[in-house]
Amino acid sequence: MELVKKMLAGSQQPLARLITMVEREAPEVPEIMRQVYPHTGKAYCIGVTGPPGAGKSTLVDKLTSGFRKKGLSVGIIAVDPTSPFSGGAVLGDRIRMQQHYLDSGVFIRSMATRGSHGGLPKTAKAVVKLLDAFGKDIIIVETVGVGQTELDIMEAADTTVVVLVPEAGDAIQTMKAGLMEIAHIMVVNKADREGADYLVCELEAMVRMGPKRSDWLIPVLATQAAFDVGIDALMQEIEHHRVYLKTSGELEQRRCEQRKSEFIEIVEQRIKERLLNLVENDGRMSASVLRVKSGDIDPYSAAQEILENRELLREWLGKM
Amino acid sequence: MVKRESIRVLIAKPGLDGHDRGAKVLTLGLRDEGMEVIYTGLRQTPDMIVQAAIQEDVDVIGLSCLSGAHNYLFPAVVDLLKAKGAKHIVVVGGGIIPQEDVLLLKSKGVEALFGPGAPIRQIADCIRAAVAGKSGV
Repeated sequence: MELVKKMLAGSQQPLARLITMVEREAPEVPEIMRQVYPHTGKAYCIGVTGPPGAGKSTLVDKLTSGFRKKGLSVGIIAVDPTSPFSGGAVLGDRIRMQQHYLDSGVFIRSMATRGSHGGLPKTAKAVVKLLDAFGKDIIIVETVGVGQTELDIMEAADTTVVVLVPEAGDAIQTMKAGLMEIAHIMVVNKADREGADYLVCELEAMVRMGPKRSDWLIPVLATQAAFDVGIDALMQEIEHHRVYLKTSGELEQRRCEQRKSEFIEIVEQRIKERLLNLVENDGRMSASVLRVKSGDIDPYSAAQEILENRELLREWLGKM
Repeated sequence: MVKRESIRVLIAKPGLDGHDRGAKVLTLGLRDEGMEVIYTGLRQTPDMIVQAAIQEDVDVIGLSCLSGAHNYLFPAVVDLLKAKGAKHIVVVGGGIIPQEDVLLLKSKGVEALFGPGAPIRQIADCIRAAVAGKSGV
């Protein structure tokens, strides 16, 4: 594919177009990914997540400066939510990253969630692959502003940074499951505000009380991203974590898991697409749909009928 | 199943004026028209705008300028897009733009210009028509 070749040669425009194709789930995507895949696996992926307004974009901006100073190239995926009403979106994370617009070593792409509810669009992982193949050393994925359960980032990133603010809550909030559990590094940003020291203490206590899932002890850092305070320490901890993942063998293990879940997701999605297609185009399926809609049969029994009809299933699988 | 794809728009303020109410109103309005709108903030150079537009692979750039420098800044963006091989990106503009300038800017490749009071729906429809025209649909 011409576009992939040009992208691999380092041209930005083909990369941008390929990202669009992946985002729009164009029919060429399997072929694109097949050609891209051998060039992936070199980049290190950092996820930045946390509630809206915590300072994620500003932190990403400062981290990017830090990595650029070290001579590393950076790809950024910045995600904002899609409107459930109009399907439109306002993508505004870029505003905080203006100093990097003209740096050819930085590629920034804004993405809308497009109906996904895990904090990332479902195509984000494939876009990470594209940036990886493009040759970016570091890829930073910034999720939408999340609540407690948007945890997709943990599967996409090597190091997940959870960014909180002093107003994030008390000890009980830090004990809750979900967001608090996925951090490899915790950051209390806007640490000049009241309550920051207290939250740092609470988080440290929580980290030490929590179950030990690995030998990595989650550091808790205080930053003021807007004033460049604490960024060096955060860079250091990211580096520590990277070294830890590498030497412990966890990195390879996690990437294995990531490849597996990616594979299952793709199969699941393809089957789902075809199933939806059948619902629209196969008379027997649409007959069941009608009976369920009118309430003549409950949806569980109707599904059972379909799954027990081996003849029908074989025919459908054949069509797949 | 044909999915209707969201049009991607970059809203940018070239030049030095800090009046971004119009840009923000339009950003929200186009979001509500189902578009993905990237807002890049104040005081952008044509270079920055074009670079962002290319990375974001947008269909449209909306330029807002209230400083009177539109005759210089808008064509600069159009020319840079051409130079970078991205002339498929539609450029529209808004601001306080005298009628004689409108003609000049259109002759230099700005697709359409909107002044105060232009209804969002009209702007959105114009964008849709221009994008459909360019992609040949």
